[in-house]
Formats: sequence, structure tokens, C-alpha cells
Amino acid sequence: MATTTQSNPHHDVSDSHHHGHEELSFWRKYVFSTDHKVIGIQYGLTALTFLLFGFFLIMLMRWQLAYPNQPIPVIGGILHFFFGDNAMGAVKDGGGYFIMPDFYNSLGAMHGTIMVFLAIVPLAFGAFGNYVIPLQIGAPDMAFPRLNMASYWMYFVGGVVMFVSFFIPGGAAKAGWTSYSPLATLTDMQYAVNGQTFWLVGMVLLISSSLLGSVNFIATVIQLRAPGLTWMRLPFFVWAQFVTAFLLLLAFPPLEAAGIMQLMDNLLDTSFFLPTGLMVGGSVSMADKISGGGSPLLWQHLFWFLAHPEVYVLILPAIGIVAEVLANNTRKPLWGYKSLVYSALAIGFLSFIVWAHHMYLTGMGVTISTFFQTTTMLISVPSVIILTTLMISLYGGSIRFTTPMLFVLAFLPMFGLGGLTGLPLGFNASDLYLHDSYYVIAHFHYIVAPGTIFALFAGVYYWFPKMTGRKMSEVLGKIHFVGSFIFMNAIFLPMFIQGLDGMSRRMYDGGASYASDMEAGILGLTAESIRLNIPITHAAFGLALFQLPFIFNLFWSIKNGKKVESDNPWEATTLEWATPTPPPHGNFTEQPVVYRDPYEYSVPGVKKGFVAQNESAE
Amino acid sequence: MEIPYNSTPRPDTGLYNAKVGIWLFLASEVMLFGALFSSYILLRVGADPGMWHLRPLNIWLGTINTGVLIFSSITILMSWANLKMNSFEGFRKFMLITLLCSVAFLVIKSIEYGSKFSHGIYPKTDTYYAIYFTLTGLHALHVIGGALVNLYLWGPGSKMWKTDPERFTNRVEVSGLFWHFVDLVWIFLFPVLYLL
Repeated sequence: MATTTQSNPHHDVSDSHHHGHEELSFWRKYVFSTDHKVIGIQYGLTALTFLLFGFFLIMLMRWQLAYPNQPIPVIGGILHFFFGDNAMGAVKDGGGYFIMPDFYNSLGAMHGTIMVFLAIVPLAFGAFGNYVIPLQIGAPDMAFPRLNMASYWMYFVGGVVMFVSFFIPGGAAKAGWTSYSPLATLTDMQYAVNGQTFWLVGMVLLISSSLLGSVNFIATVIQLRAPGLTWMRLPFFVWAQFVTAFLLLLAFPPLEAAGIMQLMDNLLDTSFFLPTGLMVGGSVSMADKISGGGSPLLWQHLFWFLAHPEVYVLILPAIGIVAEVLANNTRKPLWGYKSLVYSALAIGFLSFIVWAHHMYLTGMGVTISTFFQTTTMLISVPSVIILTTLMISLYGGSIRFTTPMLFVLAFLPMFGLGGLTGLPLGFNASDLYLHDSYYVIAHFHYIVAPGTIFALFAGVYYWFPKMTGRKMSEVLGKIHFVGSFIFMNAIFLPMFIQGLDGMSRRMYDGGASYASDMEAGILGLTAESIRLNIPITHAAFGLALFQLPFIFNLFWSIKNGKKVESDNPWEATTLEWATPTPPPHGNFTEQPVVYRDPYEYSVPGVKKGFVAQNESAE
Repeated sequence: MEIPYNSTPRPDTGLYNAKVGIWLFLASEVMLFGALFSSYILLRVGADPGMWHLRPLNIWLGTINTGVLIFSSITILMSWANLKMNSFEGFRKFMLITLLCSVAFLVIKSIEYGSKFSHGIYPKTDTYYAIYFTLTGLHALHVIGGALVNLYLWGPGSKMWKTDPERFTNRVEVSGLFWHFVDLVWIFLFPVLYLL
């Protein structure tokens, strides 16, 4: 992590300041910078590091699932050195170290937390939003540059707090990324300050960071649009980020409130989420320690009030990137731009009233379940409109199969698969069966992993030339794409089968203890679905292997990529390509003026095939 | 490089940047306190019969504090209006009164806390006191935060009046909007915790 805030060599070329103010010191320029582009790159590198770290955690878990209680190859000893006997048990005849159940729980909880709050959101919103929005709206910077810097550093400190929690006594949080009470309060109670405390403090920092970020984004889009850039001329990416910012602004504070209450439960022995008559382990009564009278469901309501809109925070910026790349590479305008915008707004609004579809199993009542089932079906309508619009946009286009476009083309069916498999989870009756199974895991990973992450990869390949002045290698990019595409599906497709077979999502031994035993008359998981764990794990390692070309490409291309000939190498129409490459402090050499819609490709009678937004009518 | 519309309003929106920012921030604050008020309702409705305290707090102290905050909302408005009328001295005077009000509020609040503690009542006592201390504690943090900003604007920050009076006036307005919000939260807190 320490490397993530360091400078990039490619900044050296941006020394040519157009505005002639004094040179900033190294620290102010690259570390504590208020320039939205530097902050965007800081966000990007930090988030990519966490993405890799979160992936490491899941690879350890996958090993445990496929080969329960077998020693971890190669790095078992290193893990034991860092985490000790409580996390890494030793195999009896000296054959290495394996993962202990508590450590497995920590891995699971932190994989979810890190991927959602420290990797995907900062990458989709913090990195791309920061870098691209001011450029696309023709602004010199964000409306509040210093708040922007504060937002990044709060995120960074929050990430450090989360990371450090692995090394404290008792280890990191173990109650899942959802941190349901009373489990989250009762776990590791022997330590006054435990992993859960770190988790909550980290979350408060991350929430404050995203609050500052979202205020900044919204104010920037409202206030700093270039002359002529009316709302319906905004690139769809800006719309998507704009709606996302509103979701973060309004959905996160309830989790902050809930976090404060759970922190008090853990540290001051209050009973916000702890009911009367709570017992631990079936025998120890908590009555002499806590007053009781609280409600575990209250935590779930507050948590999901954030966490459902959060799902759309994960996907909307991705759809924004997809729309940009798709229009650019099909060389035609997006079909149904206005439908896209209104659908994004509808999703933003509806996402606030669907949260309890995560809670059908809690016994909150049929009336409430029916209400949330209805709203959940409603929200699938704008989602389908978005996907349909993007699909139709492909029709009749002369598609350029560049690396970003390949990722986008894979995004569409993968996102569709993830979305459609969500419907049985939105229905009350079928969800009772599928809840908390591997089916759920497969469903939301299809949306976030081959969905959002593919779109983010597309964004990296697409905007890299603007950031550095060089393109990433197409050959390595295509290897990266093909490998990722195959292995993503090899990982998540079998999980649908496992889930339908009834495999629970939080199983330390890969389901072995719930296996069918015909001789003993036990009807449980089939041997086939347990055996599927092994190819899934192999595919996960395959996926890791195919990220190497990407990592190499990312750093190698900064110095050695193919130089771009112009400021607009993709022949795109939006304003970010009207800046010098890479954009200097202050972005534009002169204030751009917008004359037309965002995607004027293949305009009849125009020889070069596209008209940029800032080209005046002749 | 200068960010546009820092002190002058953008023509088509009619707003300067910080005003957009503070309203967005307040929207998120509404959600923060809204979540806590919702929790209050759920805890109260779900409490075991007879386990919820009815009016256990000192209503007189609460009433005085309500008066103090409402009064300070008026004085901070006056301090802004004085800047608009080009009277820096008037601003200093009314902002000082606002600051004294915040201190008075915090002193009264700590007397209330102190008397609870001396009777052995803490957040862990039961869920009523848990939500009482959380709501009022978070509100008190907002009072402290707002007062610190006001203190800065009254003290070292007021130098800006000489260099950029328009922007300084805007800063006072933004801080005032936050202060009104803090006042408004208390106007909900007072009946909910003291009277109902």
C-alpha cells in the first residue's frame, strides 16, 4: 500500500503549465495535491491495490473450500509468521499450515468489505469520477479542490485502519461484510478493542470520505458545466456519476448512524441491537452485562438502507463507462440517450425503497415483504431499459474491436445474466429457498465481477492515453480480456449449481459437514456440488494468472506504450479529448464552449465521421 | 487557475458553489439524524411494556436551551445581515453573542449530563438513555463543530473581510445555514426526548 501514493513517472511530462504560476513542491504536487487528476490517479492506484489484496484474500478462502484442512502451499509459513497459531493451524505431522475457522471468517468479512468499500467504489467513483467529470464538463477542476484532497486522505486512512485490523489481537472483523448484530457485538468480546471496532472506525472514515466526494461531484456538475453544456447534452457518464453521488450522499449517513450505535454497543455496553434475554452459546445469559430491549432487525434495516443503493453505486458508474466506450467504438450515437438518463434517475430514486428484499428471511412480516417485492420488480424495469438501449446501440454500428470495447461487449451479457438471476431473489417465495446460498454469491458476483470490474478495465484502457499520452498494449490487453472472460465464467457459473443444490455461502469446509450420507440416512449436499469447489478454485487461480498481463501492461505502457499522435486518439466527441495530453493543471487551454449533443458520430456529410461537442456549426 | 463561481453566483443556477455544497451537506445530515430518529421510534415501539421512560429529563433546562439556540439563530442571521449592510463592527458583535450562546448551551447540556451521571445513569442503563445520549451527544458535537467555525470566522478568518468581502459574507451565510440546521435538529430533539 505504501507504494500507491507515490508519483507516477508520466507526470513529468505535465510540467508545461499554461497559467504561469509558481512551481509546487513534490509533496504538494503528487501527494497532497488538490488537482482532481492527481487525486483521481491516487484513488485509482490505491483502489487497484486493494482490489488485488481483496483477491488474495479470496484465493486463500478458495484453497480452503477446495482442499479443506490441507496446508496452504508456498505462503503458509509466511501467513503463520504474521498471524500466529490462532489463525494458521499446523498440520500434525509437520506438513505446513492450514487456515483456522476464525481466520476464515475474517477473510470472508474483509474480502467483502475491501472489495465493496475500498476497491470498486473508490475506483469507479473516486478515480474515474474525479479524473473524467471535470474534463467532460469543461471545468478547470472540482468545485472544492481541498475537500477533494481531504476525501482521498480520509479514504486512505480508513483503508489503513481496515488493513491494520488483521494484525491486532483477535484479528480482523469476522461478522461478514454486513456485520449483523448481535454477532458483530458478541464476536471477540474478550478484547475491549477488537476487529469489529476497527471495522466500524474504518467505515466512519470511509463514509465521511464519500460524503465529501459526493457533495463535491454534485456541486461540480451543477455549477461548473461549460457554456452551452445543458443537462441533456451531458455525456451519459456524467449523468451516471451524478446519480451515484446522490446515492452516496443520502444512503451512507444511515449506516454512519448505525455504525455509531454499534460502536456504542461494543464499547459502552448499550443495547441498541441486543434483544432482551440474549444468550451466548445457548447457556450464558447476557442479562448482567447489558440491559437488553434493543432490536437486531434495526441494524439490518439501517445497514441495507445503505447497502442496497450501494449496489447501484457499484453498477451505475460502470454503465457510464460502458456507454462512453460503446458509443465511441460503434461510431454511432447512443440509441435512446434520454431513456438512459431517465432510467438512471428512476433507478436512483427506486433504489431507496427496495432495501428490505435482503431481509425476507427475518420474519419481518408478509405485508412488508410484499411491498419490497413489488418495488424490487419495479426497479428491474429501468435496469432492463438501460441494458436494452445499450444492446440496440450496437445494431448497425461499424464496431472497432479495441480492448476497451471487448470488455464492454462482455459486460453486456454478463450484467444481463447477473441481473436476470436476481429476479428469483427478489421474489419472496423463491428467495426463502435461495437465500444465503452460493446462488446469491454467483448472482451478485456476475454483476460486480464480470460486470462492473470489466467496465472498470474498459475505462482504464480507454482513458489511459489521456492520462499518459500513450496507449496500453493491445496484444497484452486482448490476452488479459480473453483469460479473464473465460475464468470469470468458470468461477461463477458452477456456483449457481451449488447454490441450487443448497450450499450455504459461509462454509468453512466447503460443505463437507453437510454432505449427503446415504448409509446414515442424511439427505444433504450432493457429492457432485461439493466436488465443484475444486475446478472453481483452479479457475480462481487461472484468473489471477491472467491479471499479470494487465498489471505489467499498466506500468510498462507509462513509459513504453505506443505514443498517441493527437489529443484525441479514439476520435471521440466528448470534451475530455479537447484538452492537451496529459491535461495540465487547470485542464483546458481556453474555456471550451459546447454546441451539440454528446455522441455525434457518423454525422451525414461529415467526412471525418464525427463532430466533437465543442465544434461550432459551420 | 481560478475555480469559477466561488463568490459570485452562476447566472443560470443563481447560486455560488459553497451554497450548493452546504445544502447538499445538510441533506446528508438530515439522513443521519433521520436514521437516528427512526431508530428512536423503532426502539420505543419495540420496548417491553413499562420499560420506556416518560419525561425523565429536566424540562426546564431543556426549555432554556431551546430558547438559547433559537436566540442564537437570530443573532447569527443578524451578523450576516450586518455584513450585507457593510457593518463589520455589527458582524463582530452579533457573532460574539452567537458564540456565547453556544457556550451557554453546552454548559447547560453538561449540567444535565452531570446530574444523570451522578445518579448512576449512563448510556448502558437502558435503550431510552442509550438513544438519549447518542442523539444529544451527536447534536452537541455539531454545536461544537459549528461554534468552532463561527469562532474562526469571528477571529482570524475575519481578515478576509478586507481582501474579499463578498466571499467572506458568503462564508458567514454558509456557516449560518449550518447553524440553523443545528438549531432545527434541537427543535425536533426537544419534544421527542423531553416532552413526549
